[in-house]
Amino acid sequence: MAVYELKTAKKPPIKDSGIIFWIRKNLLSSPSNILMTILSLYILYIIIPPFVKWAFIDANFAGHTKADCTGDGACWVFIRVKLKMFIFGFYPESQLWRAKLTMALGALTVAFAIIDRVPKSVKIASILILPIVSFILLYGGVFGLEVVEPSKWGGLLLTLVIATVGIVLSFPIGIFLAMGRQSKLPIIKTLSVFYIEFIRGVPLITVLFMASIVLPLFFPEGVNFNKLARALIGITLFQAAYVAENIRGGFQAIPKGQYEAADALGLTYWQKMRLIILPQAIKVAIPNLVGTFISLFKDTSLVMIIGLFDLLSMVKLTASDRDWLGFDTEGYVFVALIYWVFNFAMSRYSKRLENKLNTNNRD
Amino acid sequence: MKRLMKLSAAVAMVATLATAGTLDDVKKAGVLKCGVSTGLPGFAEADSKGTWRGLDVDYCRALAAAVLGDASKVKYVPLTAKERFTALQSGEIDVLSRNTTWTETRDTTLGINFAGVNYYDGQGFMVAKSLGVKSAKDLNGATVCIQAGTTTEMNLADYFKTNGMKYKAITFDQNSQVDDAFFAGRCDVLTTDQSGLYAKRTKAKDPSKYVILPDIISKEPLGPSVRQGDDQWFNIAKWVLNAVITAEEKGVTSKNVDDMAKTSKDPEVQRLLSKDGTMCKNVGLEPGCFANAIKQVGNYGEMFERNVGINTPLKIKRGLNALWNKGGILYSPPFR
Repeated sequence: MAVYELKTAKKPPIKDSGIIFWIRKNLLSSPSNILMTILSLYILYIIIPPFVKWAFIDANFAGHTKADCTGDGACWVFIRVKLKMFIFGFYPESQLWRAKLTMALGALTVAFAIIDRVPKSVKIASILILPIVSFILLYGGVFGLEVVEPSKWGGLLLTLVIATVGIVLSFPIGIFLAMGRQSKLPIIKTLSVFYIEFIRGVPLITVLFMASIVLPLFFPEGVNFNKLARALIGITLFQAAYVAENIRGGFQAIPKGQYEAADALGLTYWQKMRLIILPQAIKVAIPNLVGTFISLFKDTSLVMIIGLFDLLSMVKLTASDRDWLGFDTEGYVFVALIYWVFNFAMSRYSKRLENKLNTNNRD
Repeated sequence: MKRLMKLSAAVAMVATLATAGTLDDVKKAGVLKCGVSTGLPGFAEADSKGTWRGLDVDYCRALAAAVLGDASKVKYVPLTAKERFTALQSGEIDVLSRNTTWTETRDTTLGINFAGVNYYDGQGFMVAKSLGVKSAKDLNGATVCIQAGTTTEMNLADYFKTNGMKYKAITFDQNSQVDDAFFAGRCDVLTTDQSGLYAKRTKAKDPSKYVILPDIISKEPLGPSVRQGDDQWFNIAKWVLNAVITAEEKGVTSKNVDDMAKTSKDPEVQRLLSKDGTMCKNVGLEPGCFANAIKQVGNYGEMFERNVGINTPLKIKRGLNALWNKGGILYSPPFR
């Protein structure tokens, strides 16, 4: 009997493997491809070296005043001196530990949500408790904590507060709106459709303007809704309409058989929704939901137009300090980096969640 | 927009009729709610610790010192240009001190009253020192960097036409592009409000290479305003501003105010600072109200020099904002 001997595999020929092959296949496969490669390299060449030179080589990192910025490049001293303003805004120095603790708790909650080994009950509990604890910590007024007015919140802290409140509150409202839109009850359906289409038909900036400029005129004198609260309500109501549309997409992606099977089992409407439909619909909707959440995170910067100092508008304020005039560029670069870190993290997380929940029922 | 303004003014009128006692409200709250800019160098800005400072901010502090006896009892409400009048009408703020130009339309149709002028601004010109230009009249044939679609553009055209001069405009969409172009040498002249020119100059690599010409071609009197319909509060806002101007005229400063109160022979200084406080009672405040404002915040000259004056990065000369007897037009009615 012939014995089949395993032969060691030969390496593929050099022209079909390795870095040279990769370059030839991906960068130089056709004349137009060669042209694109050269063009791209040229664009990178005119952008990257000057940026590196500006941001690192010619930049100043050490010092405390404008006079310490002697180089032609970026003055990162500005960021260092203004860091407290960028992160916490006007939050009083003596109470800063409260803002820091809140951020730490927020980070902890996120960590719980990401790490798989943490039990589900802890995850849910931390998400439910976080808003309450954060509000008590940030605002104060109980347990001997000094009251810190929301007008003193600013910078990244304010951006995170707006984004978190917007995301967390809009989610349940969005679910109910989506259910309303799918409902067979005509009044509920009409109201939901009207609401969703109306909100989706106006820009967020209009909603914020209404909340900040027109609304106060209709309150009686003395009744003054806090500006931040008005902005939060506006953003939440706005975001809810978009969440609703995403969830509706999820509802419609589920095979009709699921609805019919649930009905056949004799489940009530709420049982059907809670046990059969929503878990599947939300799963389908996750990529789109994260997309809208990321755009909400960026849209929070629109509160600039109603005089709230979120991360982005903090650049303008800090750069109008008479001792630090003209450092807008450094500020905007720094802020862009922070936005990118948060949004990129969100997008990676959604990718992971998608893979984890993927049971391939769409195949 | 017009209609909305009318509506808001009407609502504001109704609102102000309902309660008129801003003074009582402020005393009860123990804090003065002051509307300021969202960041204007020298006028309303936050330092690295987040403390508000600036010329407009100092007016808020002086008012709080006069009304509440403590200049630190101010809640600053940063407002965008669009929000500012609504915030005042709706009672979100007690006084608006936000580099706002006093115009007929604003004074009469928005349900607000201007308490006076705390900075005389106007459109000016900045040129490179090397050009050797001494006056705007020498600018015939110059290239001018300007932001498109602004009132500055129209003022400029009018000025050059009236004086029979020619210019070449290079227009930009963004304010920052205008600055960059000017400092890169693409044009001879940069024009905008003078206070803005001083702030822009600090952005240059070497600010001493640029001069701001003395000429002003438009009137932009900036001042604090209050809600219409509350005459007592209007009086207070007006006379606190007058008090700091009078204090400068009479040489009363934050340092010597106590001595002056005791030793000055000038009857007007005595009335301004007097302990029996007739002047303060007239506006409905506690005796010593004006002395408090001067002591805690300073007279107008001190405010000016501290925030925008020649020793600050902005290096603004007094110019029009000097006292009437020192070549400017700053003038307070007498305390009598």
